[in-house]
Formats: sequence, structure tokens, C-alpha cells
Amino acid sequence: MMGKVMTMAQAIGRFVPDGCSVLMGAALESLIPFAAGHEIIRQRRRNLTLIGPISDILFDQLIGAGCASRVTAAWVGNVSAGLAHNYRRAAEANTPHRLDIEDHSNFTLSLALLAGGLGAPFIPTKTLLGTDLLPGSQSFQLSSEPDTGAPLVNVQAITPDVAILQVQRSDREGNAHCWGNLGVSEEGGLASRGVIIVAEEVVSREMILSDPNRVLLPSAKVVAVVHEPWGAHPSPVQGFYGRDHGFYEQYHLASRTSEGFEQWLKGWILDIEDRTGYLARLPKDRLNQLKPSQRRLAAPVDYGY
Amino acid sequence: MRTESSNTQYTMQEVMVAVAARQIRDGEMVFVGMRLPLLAFAVAKRMHAPRAVGLFECGLMRDEPAPELLYTMSDPPNIAGAIWSTRMINLMGMLQQRAVQLGMIGGAEVDGFGNVNTSYIGSRQRPTVKLPGSGGAADIASLAGRFLIIMQHERRRFKERVDYITSPGFGEGGDWRRRVGLPGGGPAAIITTLGTLSFDPETKEAILASHHPGVTPDEVCRQTGWPLRISPAVHETTPPTEEELAIIRHYDPKGFWTRP
Repeated sequence: MMGKVMTMAQAIGRFVPDGCSVLMGAALESLIPFAAGHEIIRQRRRNLTLIGPISDILFDQLIGAGCASRVTAAWVGNVSAGLAHNYRRAAEANTPHRLDIEDHSNFTLSLALLAGGLGAPFIPTKTLLGTDLLPGSQSFQLSSEPDTGAPLVNVQAITPDVAILQVQRSDREGNAHCWGNLGVSEEGGLASRGVIIVAEEVVSREMILSDPNRVLLPSAKVVAVVHEPWGAHPSPVQGFYGRDHGFYEQYHLASRTSEGFEQWLKGWILDIEDRTGYLARLPKDRLNQLKPSQRRLAAPVDYGY
Repeated sequence: MRTESSNTQYTMQEVMVAVAARQIRDGEMVFVGMRLPLLAFAVAKRMHAPRAVGLFECGLMRDEPAPELLYTMSDPPNIAGAIWSTRMINLMGMLQQRAVQLGMIGGAEVDGFGNVNTSYIGSRQRPTVKLPGSGGAADIASLAGRFLIIMQHERRRFKERVDYITSPGFGEGGDWRRRVGLPGGGPAAIITTLGTLSFDPETKEAILASHHPGVTPDEVCRQTGWPLRISPAVHETTPPTEEELAIIRHYDPKGFWTRP
């Protein structure tokens, strides 16, 4: 029997088929599973529905590479540099092809995933009332409070086929520790039918079980564990590496034109076999510069009884 | 652009940071956005609002500004030393509980009732510009006790009607927010590269409250796409003090966010 630990190519090959819905970038600007996204591009997936609150430039890359037919998100751009050029080309000119956009806010996307994880059909909220996100949207229905008749927005549940979550460490079963801001990682993972864990380190079960409060979600949800050091670069992973701001800026400039993006795509993804090749292409010393200059260990907690 | 004033040079972005910081009251819970609001929070904490608490929608709460410049709210220096590192929905829940007094958002287009568009310019089906979208801005605008809009002041961005309401201001004016059921108090000010606009308490129209040093009220009106009312009490914006500037430059020494 094949265990859950596998290469990125195997995990994407088995669990991210054409036409599926995939949640990525759940933590927001950190822990973005770029290595997984790049493998999706290399395997030429098509007609994916991309789900995520924001994704920084990962969704832009997947859209530009022609992998996505639909985006369900609150924000698609380049957080430190500006607009997302491929997203713009797709929405404005159907380049490389048509893209359906399901607009959310960060709150409604987290409510939709929370509803998915709770097995609830929808969750009511008061955000977005009066906005143009509501009319014609399949994600929202207007309703009212039973007692007062005050307006409400019912946010429909989202249940992605697969969530790809980057974490600091995991055991071989997918019991994973994750720390820092979590964004929608927890509710997103729980809402999804399966979870691919991408871990900076694969550690022993004993180490994970020493701190069960830090476990993100039940390993029963996890279908694959990929050991991929630097898998989130250029986004940061607390305790492992910082954000490579310059990389986002360079991407912003390179992707200004379709031709520029094609070249970027070839150089950083298509002509590269795997993450090792990608890391080798980074300027010498870049990885060292991104490593933390000092450790900040949390105090141990005592689970004794 | 750098402006000369009493031997102190500063950029318009630095003026905007100082103006935004002064809107933060001591002890408030503040939903801090990206870019200039990050700096405004730091200035307020160091100046007049030492007990203000910052909320970051990625899932962080801080009672001290991060020790170094942030490019995004999830940068490692913002996580280390946070008073809470959690799920986004917990912070959004506090917003919906009305526990957050102030939020700050940016925008690509704004209208005379403080409605903000960060989604589509032109039609939704075939936009001329597809903007990134709401992020958490629509939630802040819907739910925060009050919010600030921080924007580049250009005629093409200050439109009579925005093409799309991403983040609700006062809608069509008057009691629109109450009628549509929005719990938050709406925009308190639009802080721009040229001045500060506040809102008529009755009609909810935007009114020019102050013009930045070196800018005339006329210039602000010329860069506004509707007939902008000028407050009888209109005045020159108090420029950033030496102390405010020192804090801004401490956090943004290279001017990543504050030098155009």
C-alpha cells in the first residue's frame, strides 16, 4: 500500500485532476503553496476552479498559464507591487481564455468555508449589504432576520475538492503543526474533501503529538504529505524563511506583457523539473538572506497529568 | 512631490499617514490595512494612542507596531510578538460584533458619498480594468464603527458615481446605510494626496474639510469629478510634525510606502 508521503508530482497527479476545485493561499500572504501551484502548471491542468481569499501572485500565475476557468476569491493581485497582469488580461480580454469570477470578500469567503466545514448549507452575515457583490451572485442570497425583518446575506457553503496547505512540519500521516496567522487554513481544510499537506519538515509522530493544540486539522482529511523545503518561496514561512519581496517586484515587471509572462513561465516553471531546479535558479545567497537572523523559540507547554 | 514648510520637507504620503494617525483614538481597536495605514498605526501608537490595538485580517492582533517595515501584514515581523495569532474569521467576527471602532481602506475609485470601487472599471462582463477586488475592505466598510478611505486624488478616480460599489460608503446618501441594513457607521473621512474630505452629518455628502500645504481648495475641486462642496471651516491641513516624521521614517527608512 502506498503511504501518504509522496513527491509533489505524484500528489498533484493523483489529487488535482482537470476540472477540480482547489483551495490555495489559505493563510493569506504567508504559507502560499507556490511549489504545488508550479507543479499544477507543469502538469498542464485545465479548467480548475481556484479558491482562496487572496493568493498573492500564485493565482495570477495559474491563470496566465491557462490552468483556471474559474476564480472564487476576495482579491487577486500582487500584494506588495500592485495589480495582477494575467488576471487583468483574462478578465478584460479573455487572454489566454475566458475566466469566470465569483467575487467574495475575505469575511464571506471564510464564512463560506466555515459553512462547508460545519456541513451547514449557508451562514448569514451583515457584511456586503448594499454592495454590488450581491446582485446576480450565486454565492449569496438576501434574506432577513426572522424576528425583526432586518436584512441578511446568506453566504452559501463552499466545499473544495482539495485544499493545498503549506505548513512548517508534519508527520507521515499528515498530523501537521502550523503556526503564525492562519487565515482560512483551518476552515478551508475542514471544508475540503481532501487535503494535500506541503511541509518544510517531515517529523516523527511523537514530535507532533507532543503539542496537539498546534495541529491544524485531523490527519483523516489528509490524502498526501509532500516534503518540500522552501515550498512556499517567495512567500514567508515563520521560523524558516522570510518573504522575498524582490521576487514579487520582478514578477510584476516580467508579467506586464503576455510575452514577458510566457518567458517568465518558461524560465521559472516549464523548463524546470521540480522545486530543486527552481531553487537552483535563484541568485546565489538569496536563500541564506531569507533565513531568520535569530531564533524566537516559544516556551514549551506541559501536557503532563 | 516634496513640499517646503517651516524648514521641514515631507511627501504627500507622509501628510496622509499623519492625518490618518490623528484619526486613531487612544484605546481603540483598529482594523489596520496595508501600506500607509500600517504606518499610521505605528505613528498613533507612539504619539497619542498608546493603548490602541491593531487587527490584521490574516489573523493577527498587536498592541505594539511590528519592529520593522512590513510589505504585507503576514510578514514574519508582524507575527512575532503579536498578542494573538489566529484565524481570519475570529477577527472578522469581532468586526461584525461591532467591537472594532476604526478601519482603514484604500481604493481605486470613490464617489461623493464615499462608496469605493476596487473591483471593476467599466462593465462587470467586459471591464476595461479588472481591479484586484475587495479583500477585507468591503467587510471593514460594512461593519467597522467608522472607517477612513485613503486614496490618490485624481479626477478620474473621484467620480460622481463609481462603476461598482465594492466597499459601501453612504450609498445614495441620507439614511441609506440604515435602510440597507449595514451595521457599521460608514466613512469618517477620505484622506487624499490633496486634502481631507469629511461627510455632511445629514446628507452624507463628502465635503472638503482641509487642503494639504501647497494645495488650494480650487485645485482639489478641479481634481474631483463632481461639484465638491467646501466646508465653511475649510483650512490648511496641519502638516506632519518633526516627531511624526521621525516615526514614519523610522519605520519606512527607504520610503517604500511614503516616497512616490
